[in-house]
Amino acid sequence: MNTEHFLEVRGLKKYFDAGRPRLFSREARFVHAVDDVSFSLRHSEVIALVGESGCGKSTLSLLLMGLEEPTEGSIFFEGRDITHLKESERKELRRKIQMVFQDPYESLNPTQTIEEIINEPLLVHGIAKDKRERDERVMKAMEDAGLKPAEVYLSRFPHELSGGQRQRVVIAAALVLEPEILLADEPVSMLDVSIRAEIINLLAELRITRQIAVIFITHDLGSVGFFADRVAVMYLGRIVEIGTMLEVLEKPKHPYTKALISVIPVPNPRLRHERIILQGETPNPIDVPKGCRFHPRCPVAIAICKDSDPPSVTLSKTHSAACLLLVK
Amino acid sequence: MNRTRTLLKKLAWSIFTILFVIVLNFFLFRVLPGDPARAGVRDPRLKKEAVEMLRVRFGLDKPVINCFESLNPIKLGSCTVNPLDTQFFIYVRNLLQGELGISYHTNRPVADILAERLWNTVLLIGAGQILSIMIGVVFGVFAAWKARTAIDYSAVITSLMAWSLPTFWLAILLLFWGSNNGLPLAGKATPGSSALPLLQQWADIGIHMILPTLTYTIIYMGEYTLIMRSSLMDVLSEDYILTAKAKGLSTFQILKDHALKNAMLPLVTVIAINLGFTVAGAIQIEAVFSWPGLGLAIFEAVGRRDFPVLQGAFVLIAIAVIFANFLADLTYNYLDPRVQTE
Repeated sequence: MNTEHFLEVRGLKKYFDAGRPRLFSREARFVHAVDDVSFSLRHSEVIALVGESGCGKSTLSLLLMGLEEPTEGSIFFEGRDITHLKESERKELRRKIQMVFQDPYESLNPTQTIEEIINEPLLVHGIAKDKRERDERVMKAMEDAGLKPAEVYLSRFPHELSGGQRQRVVIAAALVLEPEILLADEPVSMLDVSIRAEIINLLAELRITRQIAVIFITHDLGSVGFFADRVAVMYLGRIVEIGTMLEVLEKPKHPYTKALISVIPVPNPRLRHERIILQGETPNPIDVPKGCRFHPRCPVAIAICKDSDPPSVTLSKTHSAACLLLVK
Repeated sequence: MNRTRTLLKKLAWSIFTILFVIVLNFFLFRVLPGDPARAGVRDPRLKKEAVEMLRVRFGLDKPVINCFESLNPIKLGSCTVNPLDTQFFIYVRNLLQGELGISYHTNRPVADILAERLWNTVLLIGAGQILSIMIGVVFGVFAAWKARTAIDYSAVITSLMAWSLPTFWLAILLLFWGSNNGLPLAGKATPGSSALPLLQQWADIGIHMILPTLTYTIIYMGEYTLIMRSSLMDVLSEDYILTAKAKGLSTFQILKDHALKNAMLPLVTVIAINLGFTVAGAIQIEAVFSWPGLGLAIFEAVGRRDFPVLQGAFVLIAIAVIFANFLADLTYNYLDPRVQTE
């Protein structure tokens, strides 16, 4: 088993059919939700995928979960190509890759008790035939997810819990299968600020206690610094900069990353620096700009940015960014 | 504890509503124009004494209620009469004893007429409801599952068309179709069939039910299909369905364990309301096929100005609708844990 590339994504693309601009028009249009994304993940590594709304983060997570079929490219897990699998082959894989969704108010079935919700994955996968063993696993997952004491929560319904508690239930239901990768799609954005840190700390603990690799999707670069090993910044369906957390946060090279970092609130007013406020809106992913896709909003764009699409420039062993200004 | 209290509260409201309907029902028929005494016998040559005898027979000589001799035209009367000797309290007292008065037209007790008609209606509409719910739910689930495909679109278009067909028109078309195919066109049984053995009698009733039941099923099936489809599509777009998929549940398991129970909630309401109206029968269907149910009784009573029959039928329908709504509340309580805690 190649531990270096535990999960590897190569040239992944997902285009959604956006219909035709006019009736009877010959030209078909596509939303370029994910457009040529490559990265890899190591064992028990935390990678943060950062980007604005609509940059393709969530589509990428659905592709990784096999809930959407990619248009092009491939995904390898433990050296095996898992891009196109039959549902029966996929099921075994689902055990190993679990997901936590954004909104804990939507992702729990309102008619099931907490016990039923967390127990269900075990039944579906036929893990632990014995009821006592199942109960033990459920309790363990709940306590690991910070629902203590677990007995109190077992017979409750989701609507009786707070947002933070619900998100813990979602995490427990993912943990009960003992996954190797946890995909967290903006797991804290719907929660109160006071609870966000708790959930992020919980995820950070899990990668230590359970050796789980975490793909942490967020639009808030500020919350990444706590526990991510590496950070990937996405813009319009493409990773524009990827590197270790320190490289990206301390020495950002792509103008988009620089702009994102400059607007993270800094508690100490003396340390405040000039903010780079991007002009305009994120372009429509149907009509991706020619050349560098960031050039219409880029504060440092030069003439060639309009014409050529920047390649990924390697800056160090772990750090790379896609900007023409870095090409020498 | 909390749950019982909620239910008791709902029950109290239901009883209060029934009482309100009973009172409203009484005055509704008293403010209608026309002399009810003349409704039964519409012969202008009727003698004054005979009219007076009719009035005494139906209790119409008594004041409507204290202070009012009659309500249409408004005629004030003595306020000091014994309230128990007014029409209103006699009506309430009789109602409590299960007595609904005597039909102007047939001279039979209204309670007997309604009881006989009620079962015919329950038989017909019950069969129609069960069929349309079963077909509608299956179609709706199928359409939602295959959403935005040719199957879905044809299910939606068919349902919309079926639902918006004028009932009487569809009934008449089916009547023509049935007459070409040797199906019985009117009534509940072939005259003289009561002499046959029981099994053949039932078979005879069954054949008579085909056309009206078919009409009812076609009309209501569309409604159930559309509601089931949209409700299920709402649920299928929820994150917990995606979560279930990510957990490795098969499509069938997702439908069975997660989607259907949540999607049934709106359907339960519609079924309950429709069940209440079951008692009212489908007046148009019963009229076209001369099915001797409550609907036909109401239809005929309107034409004959047979107020006691109408009054009795209205009370019966109101009680059925209110009871069905109460049942829906109970079912909701069972289906949705969120309903219990308010």
